[in-house]
Order: sequence, then C-alpha cells, then structure tokens
Amino acid sequence: MTAAGTSYAGPTLEVEDLQTHFFTKAGAVKAVNGVSFTVAPGEVIGLVGESGSGKTVTGLSIMGLVDEPGRIVGGAIRFKGENLVGASEDRWQKLRGDRIAMIFQDPMMTLNPVLRIDTQMVEAIHAHRQVDKATARAEARDALGLVGIPAPEERLKTYPHQLSGGMRQRVAIAIALLNKPDLIVADEPTTALDVTIQAQIIYEAQQLCRRFGTALIWITHDLAVVAGLADHIAVMYAGRVVEAGTIDDVIDRPRHPYTVGLLGSVPSANKRGQRLNQIPGMAPNLLRLPPGCAFKDRCPRGDDLCLTEPTLQSQPNGRAFRCHHPHEPEGAA
Amino acid sequence: MTSATPPLIEARAVTKRFEKRLDLAAKAARLLGADLEDEIVHAVDAVDLQVFPGEVVGLVGESGCGKSTIGRMIAGILPPSDGEIAFDGKAMTAMSGQEKRAAALAVQMIFQDPFASLNPRMRVEEIIGEAPLVHGYVDRAGLAAYVDEIMLKVGLDPALKRRYPHQFSGGQRQRIGIARALAVKPRFLVCDEAIAALDVSIQAQVINLFMDLREEFDLTYLFISHDLSVVEHISDRIVIMYLGRVVESAPTEALFAAPKHPYTQALLAEAPRLDQRSRDFLPIKGEIPSPLHPPSGCHFHPRCPHAMEKCSAVRPMLRPQGDRWQAACHLLD
Ligand SMILES: Nc1ncnc2c1ncn2[C@@H]1O[C@H](COP(=O)(O)OP(=O)(O)OP(=O)(O)O)[C@@H](O)[C@H]1O
Ligand SMILES: Nc1ncnc2c1ncn2[C@@H]1O[C@H](COP(=O)(O)OP(=O)(O)O)[C@@H](O)[C@H]1O
Ligand code: SF4
Ligand code: SF4
Ligand SMILES: [Mg+2]
Ligand SMILES: [Mg+2]
Repeated sequence: MTAAGTSYAGPTLEVEDLQTHFFTKAGAVKAVNGVSFTVAPGEVIGLVGESGSGKTVTGLSIMGLVDEPGRIVGGAIRFKGENLVGASEDRWQKLRGDRIAMIFQDPMMTLNPVLRIDTQMVEAIHAHRQVDKATARAEARDALGLVGIPAPEERLKTYPHQLSGGMRQRVAIAIALLNKPDLIVADEPTTALDVTIQAQIIYEAQQLCRRFGTALIWITHDLAVVAGLADHIAVMYAGRVVEAGTIDDVIDRPRHPYTVGLLGSVPSANKRGQRLNQIPGMAPNLLRLPPGCAFKDRCPRGDDLCLTEPTLQSQPNGRAFRCHHPHEPEGAA
Repeated sequence: MTSATPPLIEARAVTKRFEKRLDLAAKAARLLGADLEDEIVHAVDAVDLQVFPGEVVGLVGESGCGKSTIGRMIAGILPPSDGEIAFDGKAMTAMSGQEKRAAALAVQMIFQDPFASLNPRMRVEEIIGEAPLVHGYVDRAGLAAYVDEIMLKVGLDPALKRRYPHQFSGGQRQRIGIARALAVKPRFLVCDEAIAALDVSIQAQVINLFMDLREEFDLTYLFISHDLSVVEHISDRIVIMYLGRVVESAPTEALFAAPKHPYTQALLAEAPRLDQRSRDFLPIKGEIPSPLHPPSGCHFHPRCPHAMEKCSAVRPMLRPQGDRWQAACHLLD
C-alpha cells in the first residue's frame, strides 16, 4: 500500500502565514495569526503550545472545518500543491476522510454512538469509493488489526460504548486510515489516555507513517511526547508559530525565549528537588493582544524594539524563529 | 528520616469497596433468571502506606487504580471499608472527638479542579478566611490581615480578595485552593492531581510554590499524580499502584535507576522524556483491566512479560527488598 497517488513530489502540506479569526461580539479573536510549517510524506511534525495557543484551530483550518463566526482571513494551505483556502465545500468533502483525515482528543467526535463499528467503517469507505460490502468490511477489519485491536472481527460487531477509551481512540484512528490518506491531523489524541495506552497508540502511529508514507501532524501540549515521536516541531504562542525546526535543533538549541522558558519549566530539565525555571505571568488575552511581540510581558529579553512585531526569520531545513533578540544558536542560556 | 521516627500518617491494611447495588428492576430480572449481581469495586485492596514527617511521597498509577480513593481516606473525608488510618501514631478510630477535629485540620486536601472545589458564590477572602475563623485560628479583628498574609504567601495579590473564583485564571484558582488549605495551618497536604489541569508554564509556577511552602511551613506531602516526571522531581519516595494495590515503593532516585517490579519497569520505560528522541516505542501489550473484574493472583499477570504459572493463582505480597524498598512480585520472592 502507498498513499494513493500521483506523481507529485513536493511536500504533502505547506501552511503559509495562515490566519484564522473568530468574529465575536466582543471583537475579533485572532486564534491563528501567522502559522507556517511544512510536512513531507512519511514525516511527523509536532505542533506544540499551551492551552489556547491556536493548535486546534490550525488543525480545523487544515481540515476545512472552521465554523462561523470563524473564518480563514489570510495565508495559504497547500495540500500537494493545491491551495485549499477558498476551496468549495464540494472539494473539501472529497478530500476530507479520503486524502486528509483528522483524529480528535475525544474519539466520540468521530464515532457515532448508535451505530455498530462495522456500519460506521463501511460507510466511511463508501463515502469515497465504490467497493462491495464484503470488501469494505474486510478492509475495515484489516484497519482495526493495523492499529493493534485484538480480535478485530468481534470488535466490528460492537458499539462504541462497549469499548474502553483507548480502544475507541484506536477505532477512530482506524477510521482515519481507511482510505489511506496522505495526511492525518491528530489533535491531542493521547492526552486523555494513560501512559501505557498512550505508548501503544504512538507506536501504531509511528508504524503507519513509516509503512505508508502518511504525513502526520501531531498536536499536543506535551513536549516529551513530541521529542520521542516527531521529526520536526513547531512551537505556537498566542496564535503564531514562534519557533520551528528539527526536534534536535529546537529542543537542544532553542532560539526563541518562549521555547527556552517552556523547556526550562519541564521538570526533567531541572535538577531533582530544585525550583523549576518558571516563566512568569500568563498567556495574553487574544482579544487584547499587546502591540508588538505577544510574549513581551513575560520575556526576560524584551525591550522597546519588541513593541514592533518581530517577523519570522527562516533558515534552511525548516528552521525558523520570530524574535528580535533570539538566543545564540550554540545552546540555550 | 530514620525508620525509628514514627510515620506522620499511616494507612494500615486499608481497603475500600464501592458497591453498586442492583435496583429493583434488576432484582426482579434476576428472579426471572437474568445473570445479574451486585457489582463491587475493590478501589483499594489492603494497602499499607506510610508517610514520615517532612517527607514528600509521590503516589503514581494509571487511571482508576485507586490513588484518589487512598488520598481521600488519608484526608479523612472517606471512611475505609476495612483497616485503619493513623495520624501521629494514633488510629483515627481510637481518637477522642477533639483529637479527631485536630487531625482533620492538620490534614488538608488539594484537588485537581480548583474551580469545582471552590464555592463560586463566595469571595476569595471568605473562601480563605472561613475555616480559620470558625476554628479560632484568628479573630474577626485580625482576619483581614491574616487573609492578606496567606494570599501573599501563595503569590496572590491581596487587592484581588473581593473577587469571585471565576474572575481568576486556572493557575490563580489553584493558588486560592492552596491558600484555603494553608489557612488552617496543616501539617500534611494531600495533593490530588493538583497541577494536572494547568498548562506547562503554570504547572512550573505551582510546583515551585509547593516546594517553597514545604520549606517555610515544614509540610509533609502525599503528592498524587499520573505524571512521572513531576513526581520524580518533587518526591523523596515513590509508591506505585496497580488496580487497587501497591506494587512497589522506593526512594525516588533508586527507583528510577533500577525499578524492580515489572509494572514499574514498563511504566518508567514508556513515560515520554525530553531526552529520548525518535525512539522506537515498544509498549507493553493489553488494556488496563476493569477493577470490577480484576485478574486473579497478580493483577498484572495478563500484561506481564515475565508471568509464570504461579502469577495467575497466588497474590504476591508486598515484601521488603532492601533499604526503604518494597515490592510485590513473585520474581522477587
Ligand atoms: N468558536 C470559537 N469562537 C470564538 N473563539 C474561539 C472559537 N474556537 C476557538 N476560539 C479561540 O481561539 C483560540 C485558540 O483555540 P484553540 O482551541 O485552537 O486552542 P488550543 O491551543 O488548541 O487550546 P487547548 O489546548 O485548550 O485545546 C482560543 O483563544 C479560543 O478561545
Ligand atoms: N463513589 C464511587 N462509586 C463507585 N466507584 C467508585 C467511586 N469512587 C471511585 N470508584 C472506583 O474506584 C476505583 C478507583 O478510583 P479512584 O481512586 O478515583 O482512581 P484514580 O487513581 O483515578 O484517582 C475506580 O474504578 C473508580 O471507578
Ligand atoms: S521579540 Fe522581544 S519580547 Fe518577543 S520574544 Fe523576542 S526578545 Fe522577547
Ligand atoms: S507476580 Fe508474576 S505477573 Fe505479577 S509482576 Fe511479578 S512476574 Fe509479573
Ligand atoms: Mg485544543
Ligand atoms: Mg483521581
């Protein structure tokens, strides 16, 4: 099996300066306000950031699932070269669940509680391909096996409520895989799960990218998960990607003060029993963003220059950061 | 802490059963031959646990393993079904009314969801000041100054004391919960997933606060968390639970260096770490069994790579394995 395909040889997805805003009564919430990254076939990118930084809205934008009062107001989402910003709903429906699939934190976003697993999976296949029912069912069973579900034939006959949280998430992943998509957006798929179950699911995801060349966007607030799983990482703060690069570059040689602070506040980066290097203050209200760099109020390096918006400085190999006074490339302070 | 010092708090063979009785309709159905029984969850199954003065003990395990239930029994807000809790060497059941009240104040609990545990209709000054006033730690005249002092200690601006909980961020609400607990001058804090709901950068702030308070007020902690890196950072000793039982207990550094119990080994191997890159996840198999129908013998045997015949038949007892080290596994007998 390979990702269904064409002779297109570029990256699977290029997101360029994406801007998605929500036009609420209280004003425009700039949930995504300058997000850029690229994912190649078979590659895993970790999209990390704290709560409210815009990770989910980025994922929904890529899926064409942003609802009123939200709107993509700028930038490009190029899927295998085709810009999907402004694409028709017809086009989206063709792609969604077929070439691009999403896995949510809550698998019940994908699963229908009143339908048997086999019914749902066969429907998901028939939405995009005309195969007979027996073939579709066999494909569904194989997909369950692929994500490590024991006795898949029996599981096909169950309802979602008869499964544990970890099993439900596996079924949701199996559904995402059914049509062998080129791209999967996984939004905190293991956050609600226990460590041993999380490890099982990450293992399956890793195998899938390697075997089928699926490009994977793994959204999480957990830097340690990304370190073990992803090839690249993009760090978000207040709607923007503030730093990106390979895992080793960003984690071992962070340039942006927010990344430096975030890594420093992880317990394992500190000596046991000592105070953690904490970032003071808290994330800004997206309705009332300060002028210039959104991290300024919490940043030890901030000065008057930071009252103007820093631009994204891009370097080779996907390395990028957005700061007037970046840390030296040799290593974190 | 030498073993000569008596524990500040001790659980002696403590068991908690939750019974889900059949309702009338189900009982009628059973009379007609339906295969239904009262369901009993052994949330905590004959657990021994000691915490010595000044110690921070981390209690770790996957969801549903009984951590909160033990925490609540130790905090005196849930009576054990069997066994006893002793404070300062004296069993709670043997205490006079006055001793019981003193013990209840000396042991305070801090919860995961600060919002749910704070009365939304009370101002912060009332939330913090109520208990110390009722219990005579301070009189009306001194109350305002007392509340200000405690707010400062936990890093809250006393100018905000007339606000309501919903007007604070998650991290600030957790500080309110901590201030409320500190206001009755406790000696022992049970922190149940007290930072789990917070973002990484805010987590670091609250962990630092816990460590500062420990110094300043000479506090002893039972720190319940599913996050191994947090527990590793702040605990002197770690207790690992699986399905209602303690499987291992050891000083933190020794445990992380060479865990003895197969479940602990799996848990430590699978917890994601920042310094593990592009790792190959090789998870242990199988799901966490239902606590309604735990496996026979050693609860871990269906998932254990070392399981022997004896493991499904005989419960391994928690036995000493060296200095301050205990584990329950037939391999170690
Ligand atoms: N339907 C909506 N209307 C208005 N604002 C919204 C809407 N959906 C999201 N937002 C806002 O957009 C911002 C980013 O939201 P998003 O859900 O992407 O964050 P996140 O990083 O995924 O957070 P979390 O980790 O908490 O899920 C937040 O400030 C959020 O309140
Ligand atoms: N009030 C209750 N009624 C029935 N079952 C309960 C109750 N409280 C806890 N349990 C069960 O006891 C077990 C242990 O729960 P708990 O101590 O809350 O686990 P955790 O380690 O996640 O904190 C779980 O199976 C849980 O469902
Ligand atoms: S631009 Fe200025 S305020 Fe923003 S992160 Fe860089 S140094 Fe800090
Ligand atoms: S008692 Fe047996 S099944 Fe249980 S952990 Fe030890 S070896 Fe594994
Ligand atoms: Mg989200
Ligand atoms: Mg709990």
